Formats: sequence, structure tokens, C-alpha cells
Amino acid sequence: MEVEITLGGVARPGTARKNKTGTWKVYMPVVDHKKCILCMRCLHNCPEPCITSVDDKIEIDLDYCKGCGICSSVCPVDAIDMVYEEK
Amino acid sequence: MKKVVEGSVAIAHAVKTIRPDVIAAYPITPQTHIVERLSEYIADGELKSEYVRADSEFSAISILVGASATGARTFTSTSSQGLALMHEVLFNASGMRLPIVMVVANRALSAPLNIWNDQQDSISQRDSGWIQLYAEDIQEAHDLTLQAYKISEDIEVRLPSMVCMDGFILTHAYEPVDLFEDEEVQKFLPPYDPKVYLTTEDPLTFGALATPEYYTEFRYVMQQAMERAKKKIRKVFTEFKEMFNRGEESLISLYKMEDADIAIITLGSLTSTVREAVDRLRDKGIKAGVVKIISYRPFPEEEIRKSLDKVNSFIVFEKDISLGHEGAVFTDVKSVVYHMKDRPSAFGFAVGLGGRDVRESTIEKLIVECIEGRKKEGFYFGDVKRVKEILK
Amino acid sequence: MMLFGPGHRACAGCGCAVTIRHVLEALEGKCFVVNSTGCMEVVSTPYPESSWEVPYIHSLFENASAVAAGIETALKSLSREHEGKVVVIAGDGATADIGVQTLSGMMFRGHDILYVCYDNEAYMNTGVQMSGLTPLGAHTTTSPAGKSIPGNLGPKKDMPAIALAHGAKYVATASMAFLADIKKKIRKARDITGPSYIQIHSTCVPGWGIDSARSVEIARLAVETGLYPIFEYENGQLVSVRKIKNRKPVEEYLKVQARFRHLFKDERGKEIIEKIQEIADYNAQYYGLDA
Ligand SMILES: Cc1ncc(C[n+]2csc(CCOP(=O)(O)OP(=O)(O)O)c2C)c(N)n1
Ligand code: SF4
Ligand code: SF4
Ligand SMILES: [Mg+2]
Repeated sequence: MEVEITLGGVARPGTARKNKTGTWKVYMPVVDHKKCILCMRCLHNCPEPCITSVDDKIEIDLDYCKGCGICSSVCPVDAIDMVYEEK
Repeated sequence: MKKVVEGSVAIAHAVKTIRPDVIAAYPITPQTHIVERLSEYIADGELKSEYVRADSEFSAISILVGASATGARTFTSTSSQGLALMHEVLFNASGMRLPIVMVVANRALSAPLNIWNDQQDSISQRDSGWIQLYAEDIQEAHDLTLQAYKISEDIEVRLPSMVCMDGFILTHAYEPVDLFEDEEVQKFLPPYDPKVYLTTEDPLTFGALATPEYYTEFRYVMQQAMERAKKKIRKVFTEFKEMFNRGEESLISLYKMEDADIAIITLGSLTSTVREAVDRLRDKGIKAGVVKIISYRPFPEEEIRKSLDKVNSFIVFEKDISLGHEGAVFTDVKSVVYHMKDRPSAFGFAVGLGGRDVRESTIEKLIVECIEGRKKEGFYFGDVKRVKEILK
Repeated sequence: MMLFGPGHRACAGCGCAVTIRHVLEALEGKCFVVNSTGCMEVVSTPYPESSWEVPYIHSLFENASAVAAGIETALKSLSREHEGKVVVIAGDGATADIGVQTLSGMMFRGHDILYVCYDNEAYMNTGVQMSGLTPLGAHTTTSPAGKSIPGNLGPKKDMPAIALAHGAKYVATASMAFLADIKKKIRKARDITGPSYIQIHSTCVPGWGIDSARSVEIARLAVETGLYPIFEYENGQLVSVRKIKNRKPVEEYLKVQARFRHLFKDERGKEIIEKIQEIADYNAQYYGLDA
């Protein structure tokens, strides 16, 4: 097997994106867009971060979501439910 | 420009002509005169480097890690306890492949506290991934300082360098020295082109963590870089000789070795003493010669083996001891002759520890004892007094 | 703008990761990050990957301030200061214990560096050992709640006071529970020239023994009980504090964390809780926290 070794071990920015941490989760956030008031609290509090707002809609990138439940708990209108992820 | 100057002043002068972007240092005897003089140059506006008065040697070398990673040319100098305090960072600097250059004013390590010269400090750092060059005299220390930058900054090498000069013996002595002119240095040393460095324009990550999957390969490439450093050192030495008309072209320097039966191997300022002892022995018909190790890391394996090709025995004189075994240089030299068919007999002596004056008569006497078979092969304290140890 | 993550390996619900992304977002990526050895470094840079989208260096556990000083000095020497602010991101252990000398030297020399301590109150990376910022009563693996000693017996080291004593022009505390406040303070610190120190309370899910979903809520409780006073000093003067309406009893904060669970089991624990309440009362009085 060949490995690439850079000078002094420098790494390129943002390359950890290839590490899909979404496989970690047990519970999965599900957004009820009808309830969502677009306050952006979930987006700001996600530790990964993996929540964006696209065309006035909260979008969660489940490839990275670890299922911590922070988004659900900071939501002021209970628009995010954590549901068991069937694998 | 030939001038009689103190060793430390010669180093400071060399650094001034090299114009590092960042200098960081912390005072310790016998390095002090070097950094004091550099501070004066800066205070007088003769040197434009940024100079950081660090809170310790540990911080000084850490500051240079940051500066070097940002693409700056850097310099520091220390001794003994200071170098020991840097230990952790030394591996870090070489692992990140930062071409920092440091002058070590060699001094003994405490306890007991001792401010005088030996080489235990730098020899103890031999595994740290730094190139180590040892100077015999002030001229050589001054010259190696410049050469070290050209070697370390080469993209094929990219390892930091220590230029080791014996504390007091060289740092505080006065000798006529051919000092660099600015233009000469500009011509000899190309501007530093870091290639990879910290910048917001290309935001790289330095100092990543390597799992067992990668760590071995990082060590492997460093070992390869050390191998390439051997070639680079020869090349830089040769270029230097062409331009300045002095210095060596090899990682070692030989004296009267052409027809020698016995090789005396040493490094640093001790070489001059050994050379005189050898001259005296030659007068008595003993065919001795001197092998001076300039580059201790990378270790000049091929050169030393070749130089020992025809001798019956060799004797190493060194100013360090790996307690629990023997002198580190002695171990290294023995490893080189392992594969030889007619392996020469091997003797080694620790001398001059903690500043003990090494006389040529002592060296001469020890060599004769080895030749006359009064000593078995092995390693000895060469100049130890009779000891009555009190254990109560 | 994602300048830290995704793809990093911090535990689900890690408060420190929340803190860090907001520090970087506040600086809009115009910064050089020097990170000490610890959780945030380990989870973000397994070669050949990196979660960072700003120039980043990790050197050692205890030298981040010195490395940062070197970067700042080099930028000056190379006339590249315009590229961005030099920022240290260090854990509480790196800051209050092993790195305190390099931090002191850096502040004393007056480098233009923003020092951010993400305070998760123990050495988490090595398995939750006690640090100088571990609070009174907390169980850690080196201050375990045992039969004769009920967890950590000392208070948190007052690092902001140490920074102030060095003449740092801007010294503040913040909490991951108040993200806009973090951003405001980071920007303020960025805009002054010279050393500044910001200590940001950030949760650790396994280290504190908390439910990951309640990370933010628990961090808020630390503020609402007065245990983590949020304040700001400019030029040595206290200029603002986060006021608390109806300060909560410390039990509300303690009881939701496994690291304080032993305090609720016996008389001795009760005494410790009383002492912890005294700390909160002292903070409230000293900083004028009560609204
Ligand atoms: C000189 C040295 N001593 C000890 C360690 C082991 N070590 C690595 S990280 C760490 C704890 C880090 O604690 P903190 O700074 O609070 O960061 P956290 O892990 O909590 O994020 C320790 C003890 C080390 N790397 N270097
Ligand atoms: S569950 Fe956690 S990781 Fe997943 S989107 Fe919500 S906050 Fe982010
Ligand atoms: S151990 Fe704590 S600080 Fe470390 S990554 Fe996990 S939650 Fe974050
Ligand atoms: Mg910590």
C-alpha cells in the first residue's frame, strides 16, 4: 500500500469532510417545516456543524449529524423530533 | 575581512549577515555573549530582525516553531540546561520539518551544577531529528552557521540544524577570523522560500496527529531526508570552499590518515589538542592520524568506514557519556566497523567532562597505553582521579 | 460559513466544538489558529485530514502562546500582519496549568494575540483528569469522589484575574449558551491591538456526565446560578456583566451532571454544595450579577 506523506505532515483545509460522522447516530433529527419559524437556533448550536438554511428551509446534512439532539432541545417551537434511526 | 574577535562575536556577526527574520532566545552561560551582541546590533539598527526576549528556552524554540511555520528565517542559541529544556520542542520542530538554525555553546548538564564545557548537552539530543555540526575553532563555527542555513532550508532536507561550538573554549576565546561580508552571504545563501507555510491565502493545517497507520512513514521520510542531507552537506561545503577558499568538502576531516595505523576520532575543539598529540607521536615514529567528525547527525558512516579501512585500531575521545553504557560517539563509530572484515580494535575515552582541561600529554599517554596493549578494548574515563565514594 | 468541521470526531453534543466554530465565524476566517494538545486538536486533525479551514498549527500541549507569539512576530517581520489575527485556542488544562508560563510571557511581552480558553473544566482528552479550572466538588478521574475525599477540594483558578494582572487590555468570560455574546466579544478582542484573554465555558458530554441534548441548557444553568459569571474588562475596568434575573440555586446546575452526583448522597456532600453556593453568592456580589 502506498501512502502520501506531505512535508511536515501538513493537511489540506476541510479534508475531514470525507469522514462521514453521520454513521454515529442512533437518533435522527426530523424537522417539521410547518412548525419551524426559521429562528436559526438549531443551525447556530449544532456542534458539527451540519445544519444550513436553504431557500428559507432548515436542512440537516445527515451524512454528518451525530444525533446529539441539541438542535431539537434548543428549538423554541418543538419543530425538531429525535427519532430512532432504523439501520 | 580578517579580524581578531571573540568566538561569540564571530557568531553574532555571521547571524547579522544572514539576516534572520525572527530571533528568539533566553540567556544562559556560555551562550550569553552571542545573544547580547545580537541585541546590540538590533538596538543600534544594524540588524533588522525581530528579536523576542523569550520567557525561557522552551518558549524561545516554540516561538521559532511558530515563526518558521509562518515562513520566516529564524535563529536561536543556547547551552546545556537551556537545550535540555527545549527537548520536547526539538522533536516537534524537526517533525514539522522547520529549518530552524541554532548555535549550541556546549556545556555540561546539572547535577552537579557545572557551567563549563563538555558536549553532553547536544550529544543527548542526537535522536531529535536535528542536523548536528561540530566546530573545531571559531572560524569553523562562524562558517558552519551560514552553511547550516543553506543545508536546512533546502527542500530536499528541511530539517533544523544545530551548530555546536565548545562553550568558553570557543565562545569566549579570541582568534583572527575571516568574517563574512554582507554581499558574500547574499550571494552564497539564496532567500528562504518556505513553499509550505501558514497563510490565510492557502490555509494549511500544521502539526496533525498521525495514527499508527502513518507515523512510521513520517519517521521513514525523515530518515530519508537525513540521508539526502549528507549529500547536501557535501555540496554546500564544496560550494563554500569554492567561494571562500576555506573549509572541508566532507562530513569528516582527515589529518595524517594516509598511512596511519591508528585513527584518533574526535569532534569539536578537542580536535586541535588531539592533532598536536598525534604530531608528537609521529615524531616518535607512531603512525597515528586524526578523523574529525564535523557532521555527527547525519552520521558519516561511509566516510568513517573508509577512513578506518587500513588502520589496526581506533580511539575515540569524546566529551559525553551515555551513562549505563559508554560514550555515544564510541558506540556509533563501533557500529560502522561492524561489517569490516579486519575489524580494527576499538578504544574510547570520555575526557574533558564539566570543563576539565584536556592536555595533549593526557591524550598522548592514553594513546600510547592503547597501542602498547596496556588497555583492553573498551570505553574508559580518560582523565578521572582516584575516587573514594561515600555511601552513607 | 463552515470554518471548523463537519467531519470532526468530537463526541456528539460537544460544547467545545460549538464554541470553536463561533470563534472562527466571528473572525470570518481571517485568523491564524494555534491549538494546544487536547480534545479539539485530536478530534480535528488525524492525518491526512483536517477540519480547519483557516491556517492552523498544533505544536505541543503547553506552548501555544509561544508558538502564537512566533507567528505574530513573523507576520510583523514579513509585513504580512494584514492577513489576520493570531488566535490561540486552548483547553483549560493547557491554559491554567501546564501552559501558564508561556501565556504569561506572551501577555507580558504584549503580543497582538487573542487567547481563547475553551473551558470544559478538566483534561478531557486524556480521560477527564482534574485541571486548575475544575470546579469545587467535581469528580474527575484524578479527583475521584471516594469514601474519604468527595471529589475536587479546591476552587477554579482565577485565570481572568491573572490575565488582568498582566495588563491584558481585554479580558472576558463567555459561555457556549450565549453565542451572540461570544461573537461580540471575539470581535472586540480582535479589534484591539495587544494581548486579550477570553475564557469560554463549554460543556463536555462524557466528562461532565450529561445528556448530549442538554448541553446548551446545562451551560446556561452555570450562568443562571452565578457559578460562571459572564463579564468583560476593558483596560482593566469591569465594563459589563451578564445580569441574572432570579438567580437559581446551584443544585439545579449540579444535579443534572454525573460529576456532582455524589454530592447529593450524604451530609458531607451537602456541605460541599453549601460551599459551592457560597462561591455563586460571592460571584453575584463581586460582579454585581443579580438584576
Ligand atoms: C507535556 C505533556 N504532558 C501531558 C500530555 C498529555 N495530555 C494531552 S492533552 C491533555 C489534557 C488536555 O486538557 P485541556 O487542555 O483541558 O484540553 P481538553 O482535552 O479538555 O480539550 C494532557 C494531559 C501532553 N500531551 N504533553
Ligand atoms: S442532532 Fe446534533 S449533530 Fe444532528 S443536526 Fe442536530 S445538533 Fe447537529
Ligand atoms: S470528551 Fe468532551 S471535550 Fe472532548 S470531544 Fe468529547 S465532549 Fe468534546
Ligand atoms: Mg479541558
